Amino acid sequence: MTTETLCGDFYTHCFQAEQDKEHEGRLIINMGPQHPSTHGVLRVIVEMEGEYISRAEPVIGYLHRMHEKMGEIKTYHQYMPNMGRVDYLHALAWNWAYIGAVEKLCQIEVPRRAEFIRVITCEMNRICSHLVWWGAYLLDLGAFTPIMYSFDDREQAVDLLQMITGSRLTYCYYRFGGVRTDINDAFIAGTRDFCKLMKSRLPMYKDLVTDNYILRKRCEEIGVLPLEMARRYGATGPVLRGSGQKYDVRRAEPYSVYPELDFEIPAFPEGDAMARYRVRVAEMEQSVRIIEQSLNMLPQGDFMAPKSPKRIKPPKGDVYFAVEGARGKIGVYIISDGSSTPYRLKLRSPSYSNLSLFAELAKGTLLADAVSILGSLDLVIPEIDR
Amino acid sequence: MNLLGEIREAIKGFYSLAVGMGVTGKYFFRPEVTVHYPRKTVDNVSTYSGHVELQPGKKNPDGADCIVCGTCVRNCPSGCLTLEVLELMEENPDLEKKPKKIKKLKALIYDYSYCSLCGQCIENCPVTALGFSQHVYWAEFDRKAIKMDLVARLKDQLNAKKEAM
Repeated sequence: MTTETLCGDFYTHCFQAEQDKEHEGRLIINMGPQHPSTHGVLRVIVEMEGEYISRAEPVIGYLHRMHEKMGEIKTYHQYMPNMGRVDYLHALAWNWAYIGAVEKLCQIEVPRRAEFIRVITCEMNRICSHLVWWGAYLLDLGAFTPIMYSFDDREQAVDLLQMITGSRLTYCYYRFGGVRTDINDAFIAGTRDFCKLMKSRLPMYKDLVTDNYILRKRCEEIGVLPLEMARRYGATGPVLRGSGQKYDVRRAEPYSVYPELDFEIPAFPEGDAMARYRVRVAEMEQSVRIIEQSLNMLPQGDFMAPKSPKRIKPPKGDVYFAVEGARGKIGVYIISDGSSTPYRLKLRSPSYSNLSLFAELAKGTLLADAVSILGSLDLVIPEIDR
Repeated sequence: MNLLGEIREAIKGFYSLAVGMGVTGKYFFRPEVTVHYPRKTVDNVSTYSGHVELQPGKKNPDGADCIVCGTCVRNCPSGCLTLEVLELMEENPDLEKKPKKIKKLKALIYDYSYCSLCGQCIENCPVTALGFSQHVYWAEFDRKAIKMDLVARLKDQLNAKKEAM
């Protein structure tokens, strides 16, 4: 490699090099790294031909924090707070993926009550995450009011989660063999009220936003993602379900007590931004259903396994554990060499796969539609870079 | 036909606009859900886990129960706790026996700017000398200002309590 190729960034290599006759007259603009619609430090280099995008390339790495490398240095217990910071919107799913992987590796039994507490809190967190997405996506599309309603509802859920976890955003609540604190009657009563509230709010959301004519114009038949393409890129979660595939880790690779719970997996075959929108709104409804069922089925007993180890030294071997996050399949792969720190820790984040779709989806669309597509993928940038 | 379509679209648009405005109008007359922060504060601060602090001891009401074992320091993921130990000789020792060393807590330096509030120190403390505080509204201009000695903080708190009584 010469020094010339080493210098410069993605733009110099992939865009400037092609500034020949054929590409003349095309405008290259940066969307991000500090652009409000990228929800974080994501940079998209967009090549415009008039109002249309001829090429869009996401550039990532602005928020890389070496979570995977940190896992190799810290002990199993010390790595827990990292998981709340990978995906700040659905922190509990990441908590669960890591804790679940270590539990599987060390064969730690989890009490039934703890499993139900995990389901309740994780689904609450999923609703919070979808509510933030719902507000922020509509904010991208130019509607300001909805985020006020969604944050009002989210506040109720976050207050409840604060009651038991102590934090409001970057939770570190699950422990090896259970959860940190037991849920109390105030939490249970509050959660029932929250479920009732959500049931009354979701129809209002439908009236206010989903049936809105302007929103439909901005979402319907925008960013149509064929199922075959979604599979090719490894898309999961609402993005894949928005293309018609009923794939959900909670059903496909059942974990915890999800097989006992009765819920549906919403899927819409259209594959456009509206389908992904509908999937997420329907998922909130299903999450409310799951929470209500779990509250009714909540058994008495320990919230922490009595023999949960204070120090973890797993046997040699490797383990993979996946959970369904708000954005898709969250996987944690751990290789243990028998010491108190993992030999290798790999995090599979759904946003990374979902972002890779964007280059192909945005080709040939209007710039304003690209914003809509980017929003409908529900990206969390810290999760992409880890 | 084209014109009819346009008109139909406009009517549809106006209808959805009216529905949306209806929702907004309905919520306009609902009571406020926010509080005006400096004048009023939210009432659920008691459930919030603030920074780590030493709890007043059960055995030692004038200080903390800390036995200076260093478990909190070892378990901390970000290394934000530092122990300063005072080593004393046992008072009134038997002349035949060698005097024993007593370890006492001199200072527990806590750097809040590194803390991720995971609670590992609190859970692993064998005498439950540590706990979460409810110190929520804490802002400083300097990063050094949020590095503090927890022993001194506990002393100040206890003194303040005594004066109040």
